[in-house]
Amino acid sequence: MATVQLKSVEKAYAGHKVIHGVDLEIRDREFMVFVGPSGCGKSTLLRMIAGLEEITGGDLLIDGTRANDVSPDRRGLAMVFQSYALYPHMTVADNMGFALKLAKVPEAERNAKVAAAAKILKLEDYLDRKPKALSGGQRQRVAIGRAIVRAPKVFLFDEPLSNLDAALRVQMRIELARLHKELDATMIYVTHDQVEAMTLADRIVVLNAGKIEQVGRPLELYERPRNLFVAGFLGSPKMNFVETAVQSADATGVTVGLPGGHSIKIAAKPARVAKGDRVTLGVRAEHLVVDPAGALVGRADVVEHLGGEVLAYVDIGGSMVVAKLPGHDRIVVGDPVSLAIRDGGAILFDAKGEAMPALGA
Amino acid sequence: MNPKLVRKLALTVLAWSVAGIMFFPVAWMLVTAFKTEIDAVTPSLVFSPTFENFVVVDQRADYFKFAMNSVVIAFGSTILALALAVPAAYAMAFYPGRFTKDILLWMLSTKMLPAVGVLVPMYLIFRNTGLLDTRTGLIIVHTLVNLPIIVWMCYSFFKDIPNEILEAGRMDGARPREQLFYLLLPLTLPGIGSTALLAIILSWNEAFWSLNLSAANAAPLTAFIASFSSPEGLFWAKLSAASTMAVAPILIFGWLTQRQLVRGLTFGAVK
Repeated sequence: MATVQLKSVEKAYAGHKVIHGVDLEIRDREFMVFVGPSGCGKSTLLRMIAGLEEITGGDLLIDGTRANDVSPDRRGLAMVFQSYALYPHMTVADNMGFALKLAKVPEAERNAKVAAAAKILKLEDYLDRKPKALSGGQRQRVAIGRAIVRAPKVFLFDEPLSNLDAALRVQMRIELARLHKELDATMIYVTHDQVEAMTLADRIVVLNAGKIEQVGRPLELYERPRNLFVAGFLGSPKMNFVETAVQSADATGVTVGLPGGHSIKIAAKPARVAKGDRVTLGVRAEHLVVDPAGALVGRADVVEHLGGEVLAYVDIGGSMVVAKLPGHDRIVVGDPVSLAIRDGGAILFDAKGEAMPALGA
Repeated sequence: MNPKLVRKLALTVLAWSVAGIMFFPVAWMLVTAFKTEIDAVTPSLVFSPTFENFVVVDQRADYFKFAMNSVVIAFGSTILALALAVPAAYAMAFYPGRFTKDILLWMLSTKMLPAVGVLVPMYLIFRNTGLLDTRTGLIIVHTLVNLPIIVWMCYSFFKDIPNEILEAGRMDGARPREQLFYLLLPLTLPGIGSTALLAIILSWNEAFWSLNLSAANAAPLTAFIASFSSPEGLFWAKLSAASTMAVAPILIFGWLTQRQLVRGLTFGAVK
């Protein structure tokens, strides 16, 4: 059992608040990812859980026990740092066994634990080397090994893959997912990379300016973002946003104008809007299809043929929308394009940026 | 000739000239130490060398007593200064307070005060506490004189250690003392080592306090040299012999450790 609970947790530096009352429950054996733009407070939040930053307000509960004032090593956590933070003067084996040495674990037991961790991480051949003599990926594995050896209740990862090159990052991402299954441990993972968040997480916490924007399963957040920020942060290419106004709203849906003069009816509950209100129409690139009768009419401005798919940036009456089309589409720059939105592919956001619930939701 | 070669040649000549000028007094002292008193006053290099000066100097003063005092004071003050400076620098580098920067500057500013300005109070304190003419007294005063530089050096070496390494140590359960002994000291050993060498050299060469606060018992080699300069007028050859005997140990020590010294002083500069 290893749960982590945050209750109205706050952080202030000299009176300036950077974390504003975060409430969150991380379940046993869950892979929880904190994601957000730089400066959103995700790393600070992780370091507060780790005990490296003081908590200035609220409570941190680990396995139901208040841990605000417990020293980092007594919280039963292990952390993997972005820079790896290996001890440069120690061998790989000594790096991994350092915590056990400090805890006065007998040498034989210590060596057994280090060997077991090295086996999981395929580091057996490097135990006598110094970190200097390892590649970036190997160093990263040593940092993870140092955490595994301690058999912590919760693993904390602070942007562990951001110092690796793109190919290695994909490989390590897969290894981390495998590791989570193998170790069956609670993990909290901080990243600014939404692909890592989508692929690794059981649940994602989207943070912005020290506040939680939304918590949920990856696809839940992708398909039903609560607001413009979450909708725009998750997904690549970014969700298309078209600023427009309500033309009519009734029980069958909300009709909004489109650039170029057409209008479209969205199956959203009309409760919060009236005719004339400013709203934002959000559509993901893969929900746009070429359709001669489509309501979005314009010209292809930029076309990116990626092989498996085509990204077409279409200028519609001055607004740019990007459509993800099948790879065989031979569209070229300057072509006239008519796009339609797939059923259920559009989300309306009210003037405050909050998503409006769909009909029947 | 190729201008690059000319430049190189000119630089070489310049470097050797500067080195020659700096080394000249030491070389002259060495040469004079082997002359007779009559030869010593003529700037000639043609003379018959003699060991007489060394014999006379050794008969008149107990060289080994002075030398032992120098060794004890230099090593004693260095060990004491490091024992004080390492924890101080650790605290300042990793747990800085509101006044840390000011304290560092204030410590350095004590080096700007002319020592003679506090001679009378220091003398009185030493007299009243019975520290006058004791090795302990000189160890204390050399420690105090060298402490600002040693704290500054240790501080800058500690500052170069990435904070995440210590945080990883904290997560692994290392208390401050364990962080210091298992992580910081091994990582900064080259720097600390050269700091120690520098402190030994500075203490060995310290003359002002050593001369004023010691007499027959605790006097180190700087006082040994000085004792040959006054009483019966100047005897250049004997003074040179005494000086040679005083500086030889530290010169040899410095020469043997110069690699470590340079490595330590540039430690952290190239990553």
